[in-house]
Amino acid sequence: MNKIIIDSLSLQYSDGTESLRNVSMAIPANQITVLFGPAGGGKSTLLRCLNRLNDLTEVRASKGKILLDGENILDPKTDVIALRRRVGMVFARPVVLPLSIRGNLTYGLELAGETRRSRLDEAVERSLHLAAIWDEVKDRLDEPAVALSGGQQQRVCLARVLALQPEVVLLDEPTSGLDPISTGKVEAALQELKKDYSIILVPHSVQQAARTADHAAFFLQGELVEFRPGQEIFTNPKDKRTEDYVTGRFG
Amino acid sequence: MAKYTYPEEKDLQKFVVARYRKAWIWQTLFLGSLLVAIVSLLALLLNVVDGAFGYVAYEFKKDPSTISAKPIEQLTQQELAALLQANLSTGAYKKLNNETPMGERSESDLYGLVLERIIQVDTKATYSLSDSLFRKAEIQAEVAEKYPKARLDFRYWLTPNFLTSPQSSKAEFAGVRTAILGSIWLVLIAVTLALPVGVGAAIYLQEYARKNSINTLIQTNINNLAGVPSIVYGMLGLAIFVRAFEIFTSGAMFGIVDANGRTIMSAGLTMGILVLPLVIINAQEAIKAVPDSIRQAAFGVGATKWQTVWSHILPSALPGILTGSILAMSRAVGETAPLIIVGASTFISQDPSGPFSKFTALPIQIYQWTARAQSEFHNIAAAAILVLLILLLTLNASAILLRNRFQRRY
Repeated sequence: MNKIIIDSLSLQYSDGTESLRNVSMAIPANQITVLFGPAGGGKSTLLRCLNRLNDLTEVRASKGKILLDGENILDPKTDVIALRRRVGMVFARPVVLPLSIRGNLTYGLELAGETRRSRLDEAVERSLHLAAIWDEVKDRLDEPAVALSGGQQQRVCLARVLALQPEVVLLDEPTSGLDPISTGKVEAALQELKKDYSIILVPHSVQQAARTADHAAFFLQGELVEFRPGQEIFTNPKDKRTEDYVTGRFG
Repeated sequence: MAKYTYPEEKDLQKFVVARYRKAWIWQTLFLGSLLVAIVSLLALLLNVVDGAFGYVAYEFKKDPSTISAKPIEQLTQQELAALLQANLSTGAYKKLNNETPMGERSESDLYGLVLERIIQVDTKATYSLSDSLFRKAEIQAEVAEKYPKARLDFRYWLTPNFLTSPQSSKAEFAGVRTAILGSIWLVLIAVTLALPVGVGAAIYLQEYARKNSINTLIQTNINNLAGVPSIVYGMLGLAIFVRAFEIFTSGAMFGIVDANGRTIMSAGLTMGILVLPLVIINAQEAIKAVPDSIRQAAFGVGATKWQTVWSHILPSALPGILTGSILAMSRAVGETAPLIIVGASTFISQDPSGPFSKFTALPIQIYQWTARAQSEFHNIAAAAILVLLILLLTLNASAILLRNRFQRRY
């Protein structure tokens, strides 16, 4: 079943740089979809379109549609606050808010108006378990989150998104600043998460793309070059450019 | 290792020497400019301090020993009151008693009255600190020759008394209390206006305004407004606050009769408008320095724009905003030209009673005293300048302390 359908999406920044050119793809539910390719290919821009974070940057023109469960989220009438609860995002640099660990997790729910302590505590424990960090922080939930290591902070950020029980989780190079052990923990957590969530990941290396992908899309200079299920794109790429990239001839 | 052939060895030597020389020349020039700055600041400070202390030659109209057996410094409150009653005309004594009954006046107050009304100090000449230190013998000879009856004392013009006395027509008794209170009122009103309006405008421009030509125009104008000469703001204050809104600024709206628009309120509002661009620009810089990742993280968990601004951007930007506001305050304390135009009173001996009273301020007081012919007024002007400088330094130091204390690193 397709969770998100992107229909001929084009996008230009106001300084004239073209970021996405006529991209169409269907992102399946409960799978890890990987968007990879060299820098400046439009992966992050596409990711930010999916929860309308691009509204914050200066975008000149966008054409096309993004359907989330059949609803066009690029419609100006879309409630972006509600959308961002359904489509959560984890960034490359872990940004914990200047609050306690618990405060970071409950912040989104409190913004949405949840005040019951039992519900909040339940959400904290559930999401920390999901992000595979519960054992490391369960005794220090009220300490400031900035005191955690980078890898722990990134998993707290993931947990913060999961606490809101979104339908889709976007991850923009979530392990680019992490050591291999933390990276392994995050990747393992993703494999668990896909049972309940649709995951779209921009990995920081081809290796990570190959390790994690259920579906993989290769982006080059704003263009979707190739999009295929499973590992085929890495073992048997159809397009010459994809082949050059995954075999390490450029990028 | 390959041997470099260009430039050739002898040329290389020459270039290296030339480059070191050039670097040395620039370094010396920079050091020179720093020295010029330090020397001029020191000269300014010395000049002020020079006037604030020094010898004074003065005579008594009535010698204290003729009116009291004990030295008058040692008299009690009742004895001083009796002294006043014995030596003043009945009318003058009654008038004083009507202002504040003698029994309620403090000892130092009465002592001042005895000096001012009975003994009547008459200053003949004042000398600067440098003269007093290095030409003591000459000064003594000069005073002995010109004013044989005069006494010569070393006087600190900047005393606790100077801070707490109101304005007076005699320099010996004049103080800056009225002026300091006026300045405090001014700054309070200016900050009450400029801080909320300025921070609000900065938040709008930084977080909400789209990048289009109108907003760029507004931004450019704000930057230019910060450089408009203060006297122009004075004209604005005169036209708008003193004249157009007289019914508000004179307090007539609140039942104050017989007042005009030349009040603390007009001056404070003018100062507020004057420092508004500074507050906006400083707050904008502080908001700009908050990393985008904080905004995205907050938006990412579903915060609205206002929730993001209120709970993340403002707390992070607060130290910068406060620093800017304090610097704006010190600008308001030191500004003179707009006050003259808006109509500060030059002579006023009563403390301001509220935002709708007539007022004077420290810079105005200094300006007025330096314009007087008698040299002792120049000495109290120097003392008042020291008070103003100390006030400004305190404000700036607290800005730095605040910034260091609350600075958050990402």
